[in-house]
Amino acid sequence: MKLKADEKLNVAEILKDLESYRPRRKGWTWRESLAPDTRIGLFEYRQVSKDLKQGIPMPAAKSFGGINPQPDCVITTEIASGRFEDDLRRMRMAAWHGADHIMVIRTAGQSHFDGLIEGTPEGVGGVPITRKQLRATRKALDFIEDEVGRPINFHSYVSGVAGPEVGVLFAEEGVNGAHQDPQYNVLYRNVNMVRSFVDAAEAKCLMADAGMAQIDGAHNANATARDAWKVMPELMVQHALNSSFSVQAGMAKDKICLSTVPPDVAPLPAMRMDLPYAVALRDLFKGYRMRAQMNTKYMESDTRDATVSHTLNLMLSRLTSADIQSTITPDEGRNVPWHYNNIAALNTANQMLIGLDGILEMVELKKDGPLPETVRELKERAVLFLEQIKEMGGYFAAVEAGMFVDSGMFPERNGDGIKRQIDGGVGANSVVARDADYFAPVCSHFGNNHVPSQYKSACEAIGGCTLCRPEKIVYINELDEEDCVDRRMAEFQDHQAKNMIRPEVQWYGDGYVVVGMFVPVDERTAEFAALEIAKRMNLEEAEVIHKGVMHPSEGTFVEVKGRFLQDIDPKSLVIPKKVVTLSDDEIRKDIKARPLKIVAATVGQDEHSVGMREIIDIKHGGIEGFGVECLYLGTSVPVEKAVDAAIESNADAILISTIITHADIHRTNMKRLDQLCREKGVRDRLMLVAGGTQITNEIAVESGMDAGFGRGTKGINVASFLVERRRKMSAAKK
Amino acid sequence: MIREDDFSERRKKLSGLSDVELEARFWSLTDEIMQPLIDLAKTHTSPSIERSILLRMGFSSIEAKAIVDRCAEKGLLGKGAGHAVWKVAQDRNIPIRTAGLELAEGKHWDNLTFGK
Repeated sequence: MKLKADEKLNVAEILKDLESYRPRRKGWTWRESLAPDTRIGLFEYRQVSKDLKQGIPMPAAKSFGGINPQPDCVITTEIASGRFEDDLRRMRMAAWHGADHIMVIRTAGQSHFDGLIEGTPEGVGGVPITRKQLRATRKALDFIEDEVGRPINFHSYVSGVAGPEVGVLFAEEGVNGAHQDPQYNVLYRNVNMVRSFVDAAEAKCLMADAGMAQIDGAHNANATARDAWKVMPELMVQHALNSSFSVQAGMAKDKICLSTVPPDVAPLPAMRMDLPYAVALRDLFKGYRMRAQMNTKYMESDTRDATVSHTLNLMLSRLTSADIQSTITPDEGRNVPWHYNNIAALNTANQMLIGLDGILEMVELKKDGPLPETVRELKERAVLFLEQIKEMGGYFAAVEAGMFVDSGMFPERNGDGIKRQIDGGVGANSVVARDADYFAPVCSHFGNNHVPSQYKSACEAIGGCTLCRPEKIVYINELDEEDCVDRRMAEFQDHQAKNMIRPEVQWYGDGYVVVGMFVPVDERTAEFAALEIAKRMNLEEAEVIHKGVMHPSEGTFVEVKGRFLQDIDPKSLVIPKKVVTLSDDEIRKDIKARPLKIVAATVGQDEHSVGMREIIDIKHGGIEGFGVECLYLGTSVPVEKAVDAAIESNADAILISTIITHADIHRTNMKRLDQLCREKGVRDRLMLVAGGTQITNEIAVESGMDAGFGRGTKGINVASFLVERRRKMSAAKK
Repeated sequence: MIREDDFSERRKKLSGLSDVELEARFWSLTDEIMQPLIDLAKTHTSPSIERSILLRMGFSSIEAKAIVDRCAEKGLLGKGAGHAVWKVAQDRNIPIRTAGLELAEGKHWDNLTFGK
């Protein structure tokens, strides 16, 4: 299957023949960096990677030939709505916006599931990670990466009480990266600590052999601790403990990625607090990779607020370094992320990383003063933390004593750390000593293995394990015929076959929309007024998802989500035809044969000149370039003056620009122009064209113009219109 | 534990270290703390590790669970569940999969002996 940009991903097709699907590669892929003097368009970049074959550039790229420079680091997005089949489409959208690391969060409770889940049950707050789900996702990503022309890393979690089994599953199915950190299990999932570490070594060994990248779980301490910045010394300790354990389990340092989050947000002086920590971490962990994650701890429902915090986080990534830049959707404080918010987060990352490209060529972190002093202090505090663990009798004793996630900045202790007992937690007392003749006849097995001497390798004893002979893998399709993907998709089969349209935020046909409104009353009244407004708009299950007080009594900004559960039949839509322009050559030839003169002005009390200049100016590909003679009258020109000038100069057309829309002045200007030309008897021979950011062809024609042009208009659009219109006028005269 | 921030006191012993020495100390302490855990992992196993071995031997997750549950019941996890399957296959000259599926049904466990 080859994906076509104008066709939707065929999920039913993806789900076919999964029993025989094999991943095309294993292991992690970094981006291909380009030389530091690489030119993209007219500009030189320092920190970019190979271009995408297809993608959606940033909005302003229109002004620069549509360039879409790609940052040097891998960029992550987390996609897990509970229905993996709907996530596949979002993954494709994300890839078009520069994501090459797709992280799938597990369904709630999977970390306590003692074994593997099979089939495709629906998840809660994540997706049940199963062999079928992994195959379908990896298969879809194969097609998507071919479409965008860049390898996509697929990622999930190897933790909980089934870590080693999940490790095998991931190694077999070509999952490219995973979270693995036994401390996470112990502290936040209450998995028994002995079990957690014994299992982790096996899981890490499997991941290492499969070339997977590992992300640790240290950043969770930020999210859990009362004052996130006070756990900085501990964070370095947690990173180090997992890194050391991983290396000793066989992982290469350059596959061990530290999950690091700037702990602070404004209104704290966040950058000044977080920068020393970022520097200290990169000093201490040379040779390891940095996975820069965005802050979630203080996120609320305001997506703008979240975006600004994330922007500061990205600035820190560029002032220090990031090998993987992760993104948090700006709506994470509201709900499980929605389609377009994954894209928003990716766009924030791309915009910042490219906007700050090469900044360290001009800006330098200070080598004396508070920065290095604080860096040193953090390192010393971390060393003291490690000394204390040693004094307490080692890691397990320290966990039992509640050393971790204490709200005090070490050596300060507030006695509120997370305490776990060595014989407590899920899977307690389940670890068994290996006998002297212990034997495991497989590859990627960690630790003592008494392989009988007649075999050269462990798995020779069984004629090859699944890692060497994948055809031995046993594939289970479904265990529950009710709770599975086919059942979910069948519900919308008819809808899909008829190409019916319904808005959607995460699942096919969910119907969710958001309505934003300013309600000029106090917060509490606004909330209930907004719900009533949504109800009268026929939105079902309406819920207020954000409130922002503009003033205690003057008003509140409210965002309401609700479901619009009607179907729109595309056949019932009246869609005006898109205008096709003539070719450059054809326009030039026509104007050469019959010169064309226009008068142009920004009319009314309006000083905007950029738009009109773009349309006229030869330098910007404007209509002058096609041989049109332009008489530009300037800004704030009265409509009368434009008409008089056109008559005097015997012009063929008047082009007005009208940007301001206050009190509908743009419509008034256009109507006035039409009326004046009629009064002076020149309407029949003059073409009237209006442009502006809020102008559409429909609005302009309604207001008496021959055509209107809005955002994104180029000179050729206007030139093409003028030539065609003139041809029609001549034909009509004859 | 409750303690005021006595960093200025505690740091005194570190103040003489260069940055390089401080970083070296950071890593030697870390490795020292993790060493016993690595040793523990080398010499121990768990039901999940044993199931993961059976997966690699070509059993489904459901089959692996059944075999490991029985292996644990018999107190034989310390031998390795995969070891048990391999041993039955050897002793009876039957394919690995057959041996495992029969063990999953509860057969052979009582006649299983390890060692030379």
